[in-house]
Amino acid sequence: MIDFTEAQLDRYSRHILLKDVGIEGQERLLSAKVLIIGAGGLGAPVALYLAAAGVGTLGIADGDNVDLSNLQRQIIHFTKDISRAKVVSAAEKIRALNPDVKVNAIQEHVFADTIRDIIRGYDFVIDGTDNFAAKFLINDACVMEDIPFSHGGIVRFTGQTMTIVPGQSACYRCVFTAPPPKNAVPTCSQAGVLGAVAGMLGTIQAAEALKFITKTGTLLTDRLLTFDALTMDFRKVTLHKQSHCAVCGENPTISALVDEEQAVCDFKNSKGLHATH
Amino acid sequence: MELKVNGEAKSVSADPLSISDLLKLFKVEMPDMVSVQLNGTFVDRPTFGVTLIKDKDEIDFLYYMGGGQ
Ligand SMILES: [Zn+2]
Repeated sequence: MIDFTEAQLDRYSRHILLKDVGIEGQERLLSAKVLIIGAGGLGAPVALYLAAAGVGTLGIADGDNVDLSNLQRQIIHFTKDISRAKVVSAAEKIRALNPDVKVNAIQEHVFADTIRDIIRGYDFVIDGTDNFAAKFLINDACVMEDIPFSHGGIVRFTGQTMTIVPGQSACYRCVFTAPPPKNAVPTCSQAGVLGAVAGMLGTIQAAEALKFITKTGTLLTDRLLTFDALTMDFRKVTLHKQSHCAVCGENPTISALVDEEQAVCDFKNSKGLHATH
Repeated sequence: MELKVNGEAKSVSADPLSISDLLKLFKVEMPDMVSVQLNGTFVDRPTFGVTLIKDKDEIDFLYYMGGGQ
């Protein structure tokens, strides 16, 4: 049992008023640990909403520095933060927003040999990365460590997300098998993205994390939600866990993590696996 | 034949019709960037050209979306 202070009862009153959340749900939030991988377009709104919600421990993993071209959508970073480490910039905003939150700033990109140690101990993981190598790596690591996570992807005016509960629901690899061929992936500078689309998708991921922690509602599992902001068409496609999935199937062929080769799409940040648009 | 493509009823006259044919018919420019679900099962990409679609089938095109930063 957490003894709520007067200030906490006030700060979280709109959660406590929700009968599906209440004091018990808020206690769960304050005791929860969520890791956000990527402090960018998706990670920014996720971090702000989870901090505001009082998620007790927020891990943020990202090895990049803030670039001027990030500010069009990465709303946790301000003009004064240009050239600062993204995790330092994000941690500062989170602490200013809610001192109840303990921040673990992890100033590195995730790789095959480090990711399992990084994610271990967290209750839920947010994929806020911008490349397929990292998305598949996060999926496989979360399946192996049995940690639920939210997949998110955005490009131009569109977004997609699904929540994965390993062992129970379809994983990212059940749907997308393997990264697409590099020459088929449009370069990030060609693709572009509407800033608010990152906010729309990231906010859905944050809501899923809050639902998971408070055990509220029905998670976006076994369904891929896609939307097109140009028309505001939203669609959910029902999916199933695939028995032949290479990582979560009956006879998994992936037993060790590997770093996939990744198309680099920003010359300023062309240091290996990770790249920013 | 009558199909359900991405949740919408579609009438297609071509027969036989493979997944690859359908992708062309629906002007999917980069088939490498799409995962195809046929009646609830994902189709292996190398078999798109030989997997035939029949009347009343339900097909979903799911696009890879790699962005996030
Ligand atoms: Zn799977």
